[in-house]
Amino acid sequence: MIAEKNITPKLVVRDLNFFYGEYRALKDINLTIPEKMVTAFIGPSGCGKSTLLRTFNRMYQLYPKQKATGEILLDGNNLLDKRQDLNMLRAKVGMVFQKPTPFPMSIYDNIAFGVKLYEKLSRHDMDERVEWALKKAALWNEVKDKLKQSGTGLSGGQQQRLCIARAIAVKPQVLLLDEPTSALDPISTAHIEKLIDELKEDFTIVIVTHNMQQAARVSDFTAYMYMGDLIEFGDTSTVFTNPKRKETEDYITGRFG
Amino acid sequence: MQTLLREARLKRQNILDIVFRNMTRVSAFAVLALLTAILASLVIGSMPAIKAFGFNFLSSSEWDPVNENFGALVPIIGTLATAGIALVIAIPVSFGIALFLTELSPQWMRRPLGIAVELLAGIPSIIYGMWGLFVFAPLFADHIEPWINEHIGPLPMIGPYFSGPPMGIGILTAGIILSIMVIPFITSVMRDVFDVVPTLLKESAYGLGSTTWEVMWRVVLPYTRIGVVGGVMLGLGRALGETMAVTFVIGNANELSGSLLMPGNSISSALANEFTEAVGDLYTASLVELGLILFFITFVVLSIARFMLYKLGQKEGH
Repeated sequence: MIAEKNITPKLVVRDLNFFYGEYRALKDINLTIPEKMVTAFIGPSGCGKSTLLRTFNRMYQLYPKQKATGEILLDGNNLLDKRQDLNMLRAKVGMVFQKPTPFPMSIYDNIAFGVKLYEKLSRHDMDERVEWALKKAALWNEVKDKLKQSGTGLSGGQQQRLCIARAIAVKPQVLLLDEPTSALDPISTAHIEKLIDELKEDFTIVIVTHNMQQAARVSDFTAYMYMGDLIEFGDTSTVFTNPKRKETEDYITGRFG
Repeated sequence: MQTLLREARLKRQNILDIVFRNMTRVSAFAVLALLTAILASLVIGSMPAIKAFGFNFLSSSEWDPVNENFGALVPIIGTLATAGIALVIAIPVSFGIALFLTELSPQWMRRPLGIAVELLAGIPSIIYGMWGLFVFAPLFADHIEPWINEHIGPLPMIGPYFSGPPMGIGILTAGIILSIMVIPFITSVMRDVFDVVPTLLKESAYGLGSTTWEVMWRVVLPYTRIGVVGGVMLGLGRALGETMAVTFVIGNANELSGSLLMPGNSISSALANEFTEAVGDLYTASLVELGLILFFITFVVLSIARFMLYKLGQKEGH
């Protein structure tokens, strides 16, 4: 399956270190995330996988004591560069969080929110964009008759798909998913996993997950992290069936973590 | 024996539960009863005035104790105008302070600034009044009112409201002093409700590329709107009823003038100033009716706020 696709690097991480104040949470991370594929970060709690994910859109910058050193190249441009415009970066790198976070507004406005920040669309074009995003997120059929209703009135799984639709409505290149199904029931989880499989046609996807089966199911590449180190990175089938490192094997077979 | 004991205990617990339930019920109804009693005594007390003047009381600007001819227009306008000015100033300032305290301020500044705002709320209103009269009003008269006269006075439409002799005291001064008094209330409510907005919700908005302003204005504010409106209403309630500080700086003149720079009167300061000298039933009844009107204004304002929240909720699709 992987061999069929040409592998183009989308994000290249070089010597990345990350600090919460004095505490070094990521240690000399080097890895390459391929374009239009799904890359999963797995590892025990506190291993730094979410931290790594949050450097890709510089979300950490909201908090003054956190800082990253090294390089993260997005299509060859270092996004950790001080001159990098944060809002433009976040238009290119979208994010979905552990819990659904619909904004307190209608379903339609939730989707239009991000689009309005960057583009001046006519009413008609905006309608089309909202429909496109909701269809991409496999939510259109469920909400097309209630676009004016509040986004907070949807079920948890629907809310999370709304958040995915909101993130892809601005047409990002990379989609970061931070444990996107950890607050959802199994059926909603299955929905989202199927969705991830479809979305990789258009987007580069990076997913952090606690659930190893999920990583095995949805990802093309897997990175195993432990205590801020990247222990192993490779294509998912190899990492899960024939890991190079003993630590990885212990973790995925459940002997540890 | 065992079962008997248990039954007795159960019975006792049941009785306790009933007592407790009824106590809470009584407390809850006591509020209603008090409200009704106050309303009733206000209505009864103002009956002579209602009978004598009818609805003219609301539209007449006459206040003539010698001839016993009373009308409430001037204090009503004064109350509404000063409270309105107070809110116009206090809402944006409070929003700014709360935004700074929750989102922008460095961690070490948050506590001292927050405490300072709360201390502002603890200053007795008579101090605000004295400060307003002896410090603020002269400064205002010397430096700001001439500027207002010169620059805003000539404007069409709003100009007439901002021209007049620079006396320092008047409706505008009272409104400004009131705004300082209500800012801590509105600010601390806003700060508290902004603080409980889930981090993830804010991060989602930042994650789409919003600026801090866009996050606050388009996500945090709608999310917290019930609390924010509540805070504004708390401030408005205080502004409508505030007596001492207003009495000091409003000028206590029962004259209808088109300018905010001119002295006026508010319901509460009229009451405070005149109750001691009210002789005759009609005079007293007119003052009580003023109180009734203040009560009514507060009620209407709260209802409007409820209605606004309801409308907002509808717009958002609840």
